[in-house]
Amino acid sequence: MELASLSRAVELVQAGARNPRWHPGAAPALHSEIFAASSDGGGTGALLALANAALRQRERDTVEQRALLWVQDRAAIRLSGRPYPPGLPQALRHRIIHVAADSAKDALFALEEGVRCKDLACVIGEIAGNPREIDFTASRRLTLAAERHDVPLFVLRHDAQPDLGSARMRWRMCSSPSVPPLWDRGAPGHPSWHAELFRARGHAPGEWTLRDDGHALGAEKIAPPDHGDLVPVAGARPLAAG
Amino acid sequence: MAIWCRSLALDRWRQAERCTPGEGADAAPLVLTMDTAHGPRIKAANAAALAEGAASGMMLADARTLCPSLALRAADPAGDLAFLERLALWAQRWGPWSALDAPDGVLVDVSALAHLFGGEARLLADVVERCAVRGLAVRAAIAPTAGAAWALAHHGPERAILASVDDPFARLAELPVAALRLDSDVLLVLRRLGLKRIGDLVRVEKGECDQASGRDALRRRFRTRHAASANPLIRLDQLIGHVPEPLLPVAMPEVPLVQRRLMEPIRHRDPLDTVMADLAADMERLLEGRGEGARRLDLALWRVDGEVLVRRLELAEATRAAAHICRLFAERLNDIDAGFGIEMVRLTASWAQPLPLGQADLETAAEAHGTSLAACIDRLSVRLGAEAVRRPVLHASHIPERSLRWQAPLELEPLHQEELRFHARPAKLLDKAELISVLYASPDGYPRRFRWRGEVHEVARVEGPERIAPEWWREGGRTRLRDYYRVEDGEGRRYWIYRSGLAGDGRGGMPDWFLQGLCG
Repeated sequence: MELASLSRAVELVQAGARNPRWHPGAAPALHSEIFAASSDGGGTGALLALANAALRQRERDTVEQRALLWVQDRAAIRLSGRPYPPGLPQALRHRIIHVAADSAKDALFALEEGVRCKDLACVIGEIAGNPREIDFTASRRLTLAAERHDVPLFVLRHDAQPDLGSARMRWRMCSSPSVPPLWDRGAPGHPSWHAELFRARGHAPGEWTLRDDGHALGAEKIAPPDHGDLVPVAGARPLAAG
Repeated sequence: MAIWCRSLALDRWRQAERCTPGEGADAAPLVLTMDTAHGPRIKAANAAALAEGAASGMMLADARTLCPSLALRAADPAGDLAFLERLALWAQRWGPWSALDAPDGVLVDVSALAHLFGGEARLLADVVERCAVRGLAVRAAIAPTAGAAWALAHHGPERAILASVDDPFARLAELPVAALRLDSDVLLVLRRLGLKRIGDLVRVEKGECDQASGRDALRRRFRTRHAASANPLIRLDQLIGHVPEPLLPVAMPEVPLVQRRLMEPIRHRDPLDTVMADLAADMERLLEGRGEGARRLDLALWRVDGEVLVRRLELAEATRAAAHICRLFAERLNDIDAGFGIEMVRLTASWAQPLPLGQADLETAAEAHGTSLAACIDRLSVRLGAEAVRRPVLHASHIPERSLRWQAPLELEPLHQEELRFHARPAKLLDKAELISVLYASPDGYPRRFRWRGEVHEVARVEGPERIAPEWWREGGRTRLRDYYRVEDGEGRRYWIYRSGLAGDGRGGMPDWFLQGLCG
C-alpha cells in the first residue's frame, strides 16, 4: 500500500518535472476553478476560452455536438447576468442548457449531476462569494466525479477568496487591454485576459496573457519580476508550512 | 336509443345542493344564468320560476321585471358537458357503445340486445327508472336510426318505440320540423314556408297532390346547403336511414394503473420505499407490454383516515425504467405525512407515449459510465423545478432582452434566421439593465466615464452607436430608441451600454444610460 502510493507520488513529481510550465496545448484539467471579479466580464470570457480549447481538443475526432450544462446560482445571475447565446463562441452557443439554482447548495447538486452525465460535453458553474457549502469536501467530490466520468468541469467563482479547494487548476483571471483592431484603432478589439495560475497539479504557477482568436487559444508568458532570493509567490499555501 | 335529459343543468344544480325537486332551495323561483355579450341570459329555470313567467333564453333583466324575487345561480356548461361524458360512459350498461349528443343528450346503440332486458319497453322503463334514481329527469326513445330516436325522445310521446317494421314517416308525421335537428334559421325558413310538421315536408318532398313544382323549389332552395343541420332534406333521409349518419362513440381511455393494497398500514419510510419499488417494477412490466413509456406519473396514497395524498411527476422523455422512477419519487416522498398509516398506494401513468422496446445494453461498462442526458435533466428538474432547467433559443426580435426565449431543454429548437455576424454581442446579459451615470462631451457623443455599482470606469475605447429602434408594432409611441455602445475601460473590462433615447426627441427629458451586458 505504502509502496503503491509512493510510486504514484514519484510519478507526479516526474510529471511536474517533465512539464513544469502550463501551455495552451497541455491536456486540460477536468476540474478548473477560476476566480474573478463579478463586475468584470473577463472571467466569463476566459472561462469560455478555456472550455472552448478543451472541447476543441476533446472533440477533434467526433462529429456529434453534445450539450453543455451551465449552472448559475441566484447571486451569480444577479451580479453578472445570464448567458446570451449571440455573444458566446460560435461552437458553444447552440448547445447550452441553463440551470438557475436558488442557492449554492442547489448549484452544487446540479454541478455534480452534470459531471455524472456522460451525454454532456462539459459543465460550467458560476457561484458567487464564499458560501459555507463550498468547502474542501464539496470540491473534492466534484473533482472525483469529474475524473471518474471524464466530463470537464469549469467553475467560476465571483468575488470569492481562494479558500481550500481540490480543483486541479486554480486560476485568477481578469481582463487586460485588448489588441486594437486593424481598421478602427479607437474601438475595443479582440479580448485578452490576464491569467494567473496559482495552484495546479502537474504545473508550476505562472502568469500569462491569454487570447482566443477563434481557432486556438494563445498564451503569452509574463515574466515575474525578479525578487532575488525571496520566495516568489505564496499562493494558497500557508507560509508556515514551508 | 336516444336519452334526453330534460333539465340537465337544473338536475346537476339540485345534486350539488342536495335537494329534491320542489323542496328546499328549489321551492323558490330560481334561474341559472349565463353571461352573454348582451348581459346575463337565463339558461334554465326551475318550476317555480317558470310559473312566474321566466323562461330559458330570456334576458335576466326581463325576467326580473316579471318576478323581482328571482334567485340567481351561475350555469356551468363545461361541468354539464363533463357530466354528460360520464353519463355516456355509464349508459354503456345498456349497449356496447354510446355517443354524446351535446348539450343534453346521449345516444346508445341497442341493436339486437333489448331481449336481454326483457324487451324494448322494459329497457326504456329501466333507463327512466335508473336515471330517476340518479336524480335525472329523462325521456328516452328507441328507433332504427339515431335521427328518429332523437325526434321521438324530444318531441314524441313518452317512452316511444319505433320498430323496424313500422313506417317511420307515418309515426313521425305529426312531429314538428324541429324534431329534424335543424338550425334555427332553417326552422325559420320552413315556418315561413308553412311547413310546420314533418308530414308537411314529406308530402312536398314526395310531390304528392300535384306538388311537383313545390318539390323542385324546395330542392333548389337547399341545393347549396351541405351541412346536415342546415338541410332538411338530408335530415329526412337520415331519419329513414337512406343517408348514413356517422356518430363518434365515447371511449374510456385505458390508463395504465398499478396498485398495492397493504395488509398492515405503513407509517415509515422504508416500507413505503419497498412498496414504491414494487409498484415501479409492476408499472415497468405493464408499460413494456403496451409498448409505451410514461411522461406523467401520478402516485396516490390512501391513508387510513380517508385522506388521499397525491404526488405528480412529469418526465422529460418517455421512460419506464423502474429505478429511475423510484429515484425521482424518492425526492417527492420526503414530505409525506403518513398519519395513522397508509393502506393503499396506486401509481397511474396518466400520460403515456409510445416507446418501443430497446436493445438491452450489452456493454455493462456503460452502466458505470454515467447517466443519460434525459435522466440528468429529470433529476435536475425534480429537485430544482422545471422552470430552473431551460435552454435559451433565439427569437425574432432586435431588442436584446426579447431576442431570447427559454424553453424546455430537450425540445427541438424552432427554426430561425441566424444572427448577423458583424454584430458584436456581450457574452452575458443582465436580467434587468442597470442605470449608470455617464459623463459625456456632448449629449449624443461618446461616453467618457461612467459609474456603475459605485465604481468609476474611465472609457478607454468605444465603438458605436448601434441604433436599435423600438418595436412600434408592439410598444406605445413613447418608447425611446436605444443607442448601444461597446466600451472598454482602462483595465480592459468590456461592457455593453446604451443610451435610452436622444436629447430633444420629445419623449422625455435628458436620456438615461443603462448597462445591459458584460462582454467576455
